[in-house]
Amino acid sequence: MSARRVSDRILFYATLLVLLLFFLFPLLWMVLSAFKTNVEVAAYPPIWWFRPTLQNFADVFAKNPFFSYIANSSVVAIAAVAVGLACGLPAAYTLARYRQTALGFLFLMIRILPGIAFLVPLFVIYRSLGLINSLAGLALSHLIFVLPLVIWVMAGFFEDIPRELEEAALIDGCSRAGAFVRVVLPLSKPGIVAAAILSFIASWNNFLFVLILGGKDTVTLPMAVYSFVSFEDVNWGGLMAAATVITVPIVALSLLVQRYLAGGLTMGAVKG
Amino acid sequence: MTGTLDRHLPILFPLPAALLAAALMLYPLAYTLFISGQSFELGFRGHDWVGLGHYAEALANDRFWGAAFRTLYFTVLSVALSVALGMVMALILNREFRGAPWARTAFLLPMVATPVATSLVWMLMFNPSLGVLNWLLGLVGLPPSVWVADPNWVIPSLVLVDVWHFAPFAMLILLAGLRSLPASPFESAMIDGATRWQMFWRITVPMLRPVLLVVLIFRTIDALKVFDIIWVITAGGPGFSSETLYIYAYNQAFKYLDLGYGSAVIVLFTAVVAAASLLWIRARGRVWQ
Repeated sequence: MSARRVSDRILFYATLLVLLLFFLFPLLWMVLSAFKTNVEVAAYPPIWWFRPTLQNFADVFAKNPFFSYIANSSVVAIAAVAVGLACGLPAAYTLARYRQTALGFLFLMIRILPGIAFLVPLFVIYRSLGLINSLAGLALSHLIFVLPLVIWVMAGFFEDIPRELEEAALIDGCSRAGAFVRVVLPLSKPGIVAAAILSFIASWNNFLFVLILGGKDTVTLPMAVYSFVSFEDVNWGGLMAAATVITVPIVALSLLVQRYLAGGLTMGAVKG
Repeated sequence: MTGTLDRHLPILFPLPAALLAAALMLYPLAYTLFISGQSFELGFRGHDWVGLGHYAEALANDRFWGAAFRTLYFTVLSVALSVALGMVMALILNREFRGAPWARTAFLLPMVATPVATSLVWMLMFNPSLGVLNWLLGLVGLPPSVWVADPNWVIPSLVLVDVWHFAPFAMLILLAGLRSLPASPFESAMIDGATRWQMFWRITVPMLRPVLLVVLIFRTIDALKVFDIIWVITAGGPGFSSETLYIYAYNQAFKYLDLGYGSAVIVLFTAVVAAASLLWIRARGRVWQ
């Protein structure tokens, strides 16, 4: 019995180790390669132990306006999340409280359909309105996936807040809108944080929309890194440095809110 | 004043979101349908009406069907592997051990990492002459592979990247499902001397069936919609050997700027995704009511 328990434990930890290696290795390899010289990154067999250099990062920032790419990505993501929350929170609230199933179904379908389903008309309209190559236009287009995301994560969250709390506020002379602002929203802070972070990540990571609607003044980070592959002869160290710069803020943000992350990632999917 | 706001709250609160949905989502969807019936060229005002001509053209096109079958192949492979792997991860995390929350967070990182960035890392790892994957194959005595440069291996290689990205999603939902299972069937099975293997197949899987269904459908929808990693790593190549429906639709509409035909392909592709999601809505009704 105890021999079986020992072998069981060994199997358990071996599986855990293999899984952790599989899921963390590519990220680790990205960071390691970013700190290698061009000779080391192209060495075969791969080098595991080396003196780290910051040269790749210095090159990426010196040869490209990388700070302006970071600024573009941030502006688009922050604007899309701000508008997404402002419009999405009240909608999610009435969706949860008044069982507006038609509206819920609409946002569910929009969330599920592929982005390209919206992009031909948007491309045509943006061209005639001069919104191609504009950060505002890009941020607006990101609402296509940010708004349904906010609404679905938050509708699930609002449903779990007991109605009695709002009713108590109503009895105390608060209006319904007032109860939403003063009672429901403060109680929903963890949900709002999760929705905001998830939307920020979705916008920061998005590639297809900027590929179609972007231009030289709206180069966001995914677009910048993608164009490094196609236009320069492949400088792996530099590419990995750029990839690290994109990924680190996202990973840091995820670690910061890891308490809410799992809930937020599943909430929109399973609940509602 | 507040009285009026309150009375019309169910209309006023969702109004901004509904207006945005109408302008940015519903109108473009209808417009895509409209354009798909025209021979649409940028910069020209008048467009010829071709009715369902583009649809007939697509359905008679070998490249379209090739893309459709590759999409099916990619989706089946990716869904099966990511759900199986997600199940293993969920079973591991469902046990109590020190550092379990950290392991869970570590598993979630691929899900939030930027696909364009991680695709580049996979390109480096796939690289036949300096990639770490061939080195690993060598370690276990296998011959090197050219990975995404081989038309026969490009889809399985891309599936590997997709599984790396999305098995954690399957894990999350399955883990929530496992935690909601009652303990008593497992306790009585234990008393009867059942092995872990028997308990998994005879108790866990049947009781998890509704959750498994949700995971399968959700992973199907996501796998059908994979664009970034394919576009960055192979752009549909070598030749057309990794051109899925999404890539084909993008190429027609935005590479060749054949917006009319491209829109028809987009509509067909969207219909496939919508059909998969309707399955989900039916399943969800059964699971949560």
